[in-house]
Amino acid sequence: MILSQFLVLGALLFSIGVYGLLSRRNAVTVLLAVELMLAAVNINLIAFEAFWNTAAAHGQIFAIFVITIAAAEVGIGLAIILLVFRNRASGNIDQLDLMRW
Amino acid sequence: MVSVAASAPLILAAGDGAADLSSGGFFAATAWIMLVLPFAAFLAIILVGKRMKGLGAELAIGAMGVNLVWASVLFVQNMAGGIYREVNLTIAEIGTLGITDRNLSFELGFVVDGLSIMMYWVVAFVGFLVFVYAHGYMKGDIRVPWFFASLSLFAGSMLVLVGAPNLIQLIIGWEGVGLASYLLIGHYWEEKENSDAAVKAFLTNKVADVGLILGTILLVPALGTFRFSALSTAADAHSDLLGGVAVAGALLLFFGAMGKSAQFPLHVWLPDAMAGPTPVSALMHAATMVTAGIYLMARTFPLYQQMATEARPWMVTIAVITLFVLGFLALVADDLKRVLAYSTVSQLGYMMAAMAAGGYTAGLFHLFTHAFFKALLFLGAGSVIHAVHSNNMSDMGGLRKEMPVTFWTFVVGSLSLAGVIPLAGFWSKDEILATLGHEGYTAFMWVAILGAFVTAFYMTRAVALTFFGTYKGHGHPHESPRVMTAPLVALAVPSVIAGLLNVPGVSWGPIHNFTDWVGARIVPMGDYHPKAIEWDLAAYGLIAALAGIALGWRLFAPDAGTQQARDRLRIPVLYPLLHNKYYIDDLYMKGVVNPIKGPLARAVDWVNGYVIDAAINGAGAITAWLGGLVYRRLDQQGIDLVLNAAAGGTRGAGKRLGLVQTGKVQQYAGAFVVGALLLVVAFVLVT
Repeated sequence: MILSQFLVLGALLFSIGVYGLLSRRNAVTVLLAVELMLAAVNINLIAFEAFWNTAAAHGQIFAIFVITIAAAEVGIGLAIILLVFRNRASGNIDQLDLMRW
Repeated sequence: MVSVAASAPLILAAGDGAADLSSGGFFAATAWIMLVLPFAAFLAIILVGKRMKGLGAELAIGAMGVNLVWASVLFVQNMAGGIYREVNLTIAEIGTLGITDRNLSFELGFVVDGLSIMMYWVVAFVGFLVFVYAHGYMKGDIRVPWFFASLSLFAGSMLVLVGAPNLIQLIIGWEGVGLASYLLIGHYWEEKENSDAAVKAFLTNKVADVGLILGTILLVPALGTFRFSALSTAADAHSDLLGGVAVAGALLLFFGAMGKSAQFPLHVWLPDAMAGPTPVSALMHAATMVTAGIYLMARTFPLYQQMATEARPWMVTIAVITLFVLGFLALVADDLKRVLAYSTVSQLGYMMAAMAAGGYTAGLFHLFTHAFFKALLFLGAGSVIHAVHSNNMSDMGGLRKEMPVTFWTFVVGSLSLAGVIPLAGFWSKDEILATLGHEGYTAFMWVAILGAFVTAFYMTRAVALTFFGTYKGHGHPHESPRVMTAPLVALAVPSVIAGLLNVPGVSWGPIHNFTDWVGARIVPMGDYHPKAIEWDLAAYGLIAALAGIALGWRLFAPDAGTQQARDRLRIPVLYPLLHNKYYIDDLYMKGVVNPIKGPLARAVDWVNGYVIDAAINGAGAITAWLGGLVYRRLDQQGIDLVLNAAAGGTRGAGKRLGLVQTGKVQQYAGAFVVGALLLVVAFVLVT
């Protein structure tokens, strides 16, 4: 088992996520990109866990935490997007600059 | 700290008739209530008097009524057998003050003995009647609650004074009555004349009070205590405790008494004090307050009798000058109240002469009878003044038909004052004459008999000008309401019969006589009181009185037309002298008051204006200049500069940094990613 292959996969996946986060204008797509980044992190956690093969299974536990939080985040995120869409008839993230000074 | 010590009754009483003193019962033990109640009334009237139906008069009268019950019970108990009880409450330990070898302590308390019971009763009885009278007299006045509050303050202070077992408490009461006197003389302070009279009374008394306080300071260190009982026992034992200070201390105390009891030459305040409402004159400036000096002499009598005998001739001289010389002034006064005021001064001279000559009982007996008939005369005068709205006898005349009750009671009072047998004044004056004669002051005794002639003369003139002849005032006078005439009648009764209480040598069965009543003391007095009537002396006194009445009647009574003309008769030299009050007032004004008011006051004013104020203004100006300097240079140009710069910098930075906040989420995220990458690069480079 080669650790570097998994790390490369995770890095690629994370980079795709970052690109999506920064380049996309659709709020749903941005949310998907965030999910990709979280998935990349999960791959890293599992890979390290499997590589060092610890008895405590820290990596797996943290991966489950991350999945849980990702689910919650998507739930809240989608709800916000839905409300914004209802108010503005648009999912374009560029126009959401209300929080500015 | 607080300890109550009730002294056991010590031995007995006056000269003869030795009887054991009891400590009295419930009423003697609770006599302090009399001292406290008027003060409670004073506070209550000030707080709620305005909202009451009688404007606080009912509180004052009620308190006085309770006092009268207490005093009357004690009075009757003391008739049956002497009472002595002294209660002292230690308020504070003063220590030795480095002037005496005994620890002094400040005590308050009360003493119940023959002397104080007599005074309690006189104050309560006359006070109660005057309060009732004042309720009618002051109806519609501008400051009724304040008037009754001040009267209650006076009554309380007077009772504290006469109940005092020590000099300190006596001085407290002494100053309290002085204050009340000042307040009540100046009751109508809107008129300058009245407030001037109040100030005059207060300042004259203050001059005398210096004597009282100096006397206390002189006597107390030698004595080692403020208590009168210690003074009495020391004097009785012929102790040389006081040594050389006895005479000086006694004279200083006498000087204090001269002020309160209006003795020559400190009498000037009393006639002017008539500016106060008439009930005030009756209660304070005739019956009670002015007798405080006599009371002080009686309380410290053993000092004069045993230790300071050298002081007595001087005191008798002053008292006789007072009784004779000042009585003449009543002859020329047109103001009815002033006639009575000079009469009061003269009668106080009689009392003081008796006290100083050694007649403890005679002086107190005259105080006792005088309180009734002089209060009666003042209240009668007030009734007349109430009816004719003028104090001047030139506005009166012929009032005997319109005001029968006032007329008859006034005549009774006048005859009693003149000393016509068998009215009260005859007996008490006779006893004074007898005392003066017995103690060897024969010349003074004849002067006092002549004084009785003058007394009868001016009282006849007052009665004739007020009640006989034709009415010269305005409007139609009519008799005063019953609330005012009832006290007149109530006072006329003792004015007639009180003299019988002390007919020399007569003891009225179980109630004994006045001599025994006031003889209930901690030590025997060793005073003189006649054992039998001296008929020849009584005859001289009576002849003098009748001659005075006859002369007065011949001059002023008969025909209405010439009455006024005779009153305005100006005898050269004598009339101006009397009319100007022997120039004593002028002497004080020109010799004492004006130099103080004029140059001295101006000098003080100059110092105040140009020295003290200059210093203060200078300091103020320097401070203001310094403050301006600090403001302009340091505050505006120093501190504010720094603060403004800091504020400006913050604002500019905020403006520029604000541009970064675009509100665009993806820009933030980009910045975050760039930052994270920079951290990674840095991490890699470091490791």
